[in-house]
Amino acid sequence: MDRNNLQRQVAQIRRSLIEQEFLDEQQFVQLEDLQDDANPNFVEEIVTLFYTDSTRLFHNIEEALTTRPIDFTKLESYMHQFRGSTSSIGAIKVKRECTQFKEFCLAENIDGCIRAFQKVRQEHETLRIQLETYFQLRRQAGLART
Amino acid sequence: MDDHHQLINGVAGRNPETNKITALIVDDNMVNQTIHHRLLHSLGIENQVVGNGKEAIDVHCSGKIFDLILMDLDMPVMNGIEATRKLRAMGIRNTIVGVSSRSVNEHIQEFVEAGLDDYQEKPLTISKLLSILRKVRNQAEL
Repeated sequence: MDRNNLQRQVAQIRRSLIEQEFLDEQQFVQLEDLQDDANPNFVEEIVTLFYTDSTRLFHNIEEALTTRPIDFTKLESYMHQFRGSTSSIGAIKVKRECTQFKEFCLAENIDGCIRAFQKVRQEHETLRIQLETYFQLRRQAGLART
Repeated sequence: MDDHHQLINGVAGRNPETNKITALIVDDNMVNQTIHHRLLHSLGIENQVVGNGKEAIDVHCSGKIFDLILMDLDMPVMNGIEATRKLRAMGIRNTIVGVSSRSVNEHIQEFVEAGLDDYQEKPLTISKLLSILRKVRNQAEL
């Protein structure tokens, strides 16, 4: 596939990520604006950092969900941390599910928390797959530096 | 000179060796640390990152001074409220801006009362940072 076609595909995926509300346009554009010759892959680096850090936070949340008695304050605190990261990269759908989880925490509804956490994980994984495709194509199109 | 540069260059209390405004980012979240570091750097602001309130105290005890401190609220070891109180008690008068994704007023009120000059809800943006820099500049002129 020639470079122009690839670049068109990249732009299409990016537009779709925003239109389908996977990503907040303003936040994502701000991250893109932080890319320059010295940091050409900043967005991909931040997203990679987000997913690496998520692993740790998810582990903490899983542990807190299975520990008895449930410490809802701790649960809320872990999710608050994760929600902060989702907000910083503009992950709208993931953040939405985090807010749901937080509400179940405040209501001390453990079943609600468990269901909400499953949704957080689903949206988190869906976004990861979408972004992986986007960054891979971006590299192929010569838009990323290796 | 455009507005951005006017704002950044017009602030007193800059690093005398590099002539740049200095900032301390106090946040335990690695994603936020990286983004805020890069945001400040893009505005020409020299900055250092620490992971909690105690590290912020320690870096000041080592003799470092910053024009601006971006202080997160929820952190392990020492949170933003306690760190802000301690810094003010140590005589640190430079601009401290609370940044958090908390929206419940009681948390924010206690944070402000600890000694903040300003509070901004995360995520930080360029326009929020420029608003903060105006405060840094005004404070320097007083």
